[in-house]
Amino acid sequence: MARIDVRKTYKLYIGGAFPRSESGHSYEVTDSKGKFVANAALASRKDVRDAVVAARKAFGPWSSRTAYNRGQVVYRIAEVMEDRRPQFEEAVRQSEGASASAARGQVDAAVDRLVWYAGWADKLAQVVGNANPVAGPFFNHTAPEPTGVVGVLAPQQSSLLGLVSVVAPVVVTGNSAVVVSSFERPLPAVTFSEVLATSDVPGGVVNILTGDAAALGPWLAAHMDVNAIDLCGVAGSPELATSLEVAAADNLKRVRRAPDAEPDWAAEPGLGTMTDFIESKTVWHPIGT
Amino acid sequence: MAFEYAPAPESRSIVDIKPSYGLFVDGEFVDGRGTSFKTINPATEETLAEVAEASEADVDLAVRAARRAFRGWSRMSGKERAKYLFRIARIIQERGRELAVLESIDNGKPIKESRDVDVPVVAAHFFYYAGWADKLEYAGLGPNPQPLGVAGQVIPWNFPLLMLAWKVAPALACGNTVVLKPAETTPLTALLFAEICQQADLPPGVVNIVTGASSTGQALVSHPDIDKVAFTGSTEVGKAIARAVAGTDKKVTLELGGKAANIVFDDAPIDQAVEGIVSGIFFNQGHVCCAGSRLLVQESVADEVMAKLKRRMGTLRVGDPLDKNTDIGAINSREQLDRIRELSEVGESEGAERWSPACDLPTSGFWFPPTVFTGVTQAHRIAREEVFGPVLSVLTFRTPAEAVEKANNTPYGLSAGVWTEKGSRILHMASQLRAGVVWANTFNKFDPASPFGGYKESGYGREGGRQGLAAYLKGAQG
Repeated sequence: MARIDVRKTYKLYIGGAFPRSESGHSYEVTDSKGKFVANAALASRKDVRDAVVAARKAFGPWSSRTAYNRGQVVYRIAEVMEDRRPQFEEAVRQSEGASASAARGQVDAAVDRLVWYAGWADKLAQVVGNANPVAGPFFNHTAPEPTGVVGVLAPQQSSLLGLVSVVAPVVVTGNSAVVVSSFERPLPAVTFSEVLATSDVPGGVVNILTGDAAALGPWLAAHMDVNAIDLCGVAGSPELATSLEVAAADNLKRVRRAPDAEPDWAAEPGLGTMTDFIESKTVWHPIGT
Repeated sequence: MAFEYAPAPESRSIVDIKPSYGLFVDGEFVDGRGTSFKTINPATEETLAEVAEASEADVDLAVRAARRAFRGWSRMSGKERAKYLFRIARIIQERGRELAVLESIDNGKPIKESRDVDVPVVAAHFFYYAGWADKLEYAGLGPNPQPLGVAGQVIPWNFPLLMLAWKVAPALACGNTVVLKPAETTPLTALLFAEICQQADLPPGVVNIVTGASSTGQALVSHPDIDKVAFTGSTEVGKAIARAVAGTDKKVTLELGGKAANIVFDDAPIDQAVEGIVSGIFFNQGHVCCAGSRLLVQESVADEVMAKLKRRMGTLRVGDPLDKNTDIGAINSREQLDRIRELSEVGESEGAERWSPACDLPTSGFWFPPTVFTGVTQAHRIAREEVFGPVLSVLTFRTPAEAVEKANNTPYGLSAGVWTEKGSRILHMASQLRAGVVWANTFNKFDPASPFGGYKESGYGREGGRQGLAAYLKGAQG
């Protein structure tokens, strides 16, 4: 007789721990053919708020780490992911209905993307910052700093490569993130949170909520202690995206607008993914004897 | 010791103010289709000129002119665009005295500031960005930098010509065309700038100037055919603009309010710090978004700093903006004066102690004496809200950590000041302060090469420097 498998109910990832949704709700996750795979926690408004508190608490220490150290930590995520390739491939196959080789390709690209971003940690300031030759006896330079807590509505289609591509640039630059995963394809995000928990990422730097971006987005967009928001997860829903951008104006969040459709995640991202969530700080000091 | 100075007024005969002004659209001055309004001299309340109030239809004509001009301007080689900007910069220098006098008459700021700060920095800004026009591919903002299109720009009344320069120079250098709305109370130097564009033979439609009040500004930022909104002004209006452009492809730069902490440690050079406190809050009557309006002084030197500050405030001369000895000119408008008075009264009623030096204020015009509040707590409205006037709130702290916490305890994040002789402390404070510009052992310094802009609710995007180009190029951040 076939073995009865152990069905899992996955949980949220907030502040380095795996709580159930405060609401007690979960939802069924099916594979691309509609077959039951697992239950995922259905994050609520309260979970969003808890995640923002965790992200705010983590922001100071994380942004104060050296860029070299942040690069090491992000590289470590790639290492741990590499170890769990079969699990990610399975999750991508189930979620996206991808062939084995396509799933493998997506996992390869996701790991490689983390490595790419890890290397940016201690270089971005050299590329986007500079000395300013002002017309007076002053030392003056401009350098990037993280903007703070960033809400990320992760892409709905690309469940792993897309997810990694929106989370890595936010945290490698020193921000902390509250991420809402793909609603219908949350399992790669759940596995990713297990990787984060077993790598060197401090609790609270990345918080991952499984749930509906249309339901959670408004709370995240209107939250007064969130500094920026990436609306990628509502690509293709212009009315929703507009309403979130309007809500984000209450505290002038930096908004990375939703594209019309999900981009080609295989393409090299460029600097905009990072510079959208940094601030330029300029410091002046007189020169004299 | 009291110093007496004989009046030393700058002659206003150098400026020819016309009785009425139209809009500057497609290279020509045209009559508006809307009504008109008066601009006055805030030091005397005399009417200076009648100015057209651009209607929605006028704004539309200006945007169309800018769109038509964009084709040619954006395809012109950077080398040629640069020469137009260099021409403009040179004419600004040549007509510097005229611009300075006109700015002081229309705005109320002291001539020594308009002459020595505003106008020279305006010319420098055009020179700086002129040089970028043919070097954009070297700016590190992407391999094939392209302009956005038509920029709608709305500027405030505190630095009328300087804010125009901050907006127009980078936009044009990057190949964009602009429609600019100067503030309702200070349109005259923008209209003189329009003349300078004609004098430089700038192609028609590259720069369009539509005067008016908030409805003109709204028509501009919500016009469907602009690609970029650049706004400097209040956080409230900035938020309204952010809402208005939601769901569009318009790129936005917002440079908004501030409530900067100016932090004085016990090892600071106190005399220099006092000069920095004075220029931090009394420069331009305190009508400065990055003004050091919250003095955070370490408890152990608070008495000494306050004594020296009050003595120094006693030497500030308030009066005729055109007098070369004037330190503090006129408040820009009755509306602003009312707001400063109201918040100052709130400061007193909430329990802070108010002090101003004895000072004779002119009988006509809008005036407010340099004022300092002590015994201010973080909950007081004068410690939280932008007064935008010559009003300083003083708080104390004991440790660097407490200074950081108090300094950052504001929704704003535009600027901050630090005064200490200890280098490592400067760098620590500079890294901890959540503000876009940190002045250490100096304050209120501006330079075209130096990016300026805020964190948090002070807005987003940067103006000035290499970073300032990003606001006007496709794909680049800003």
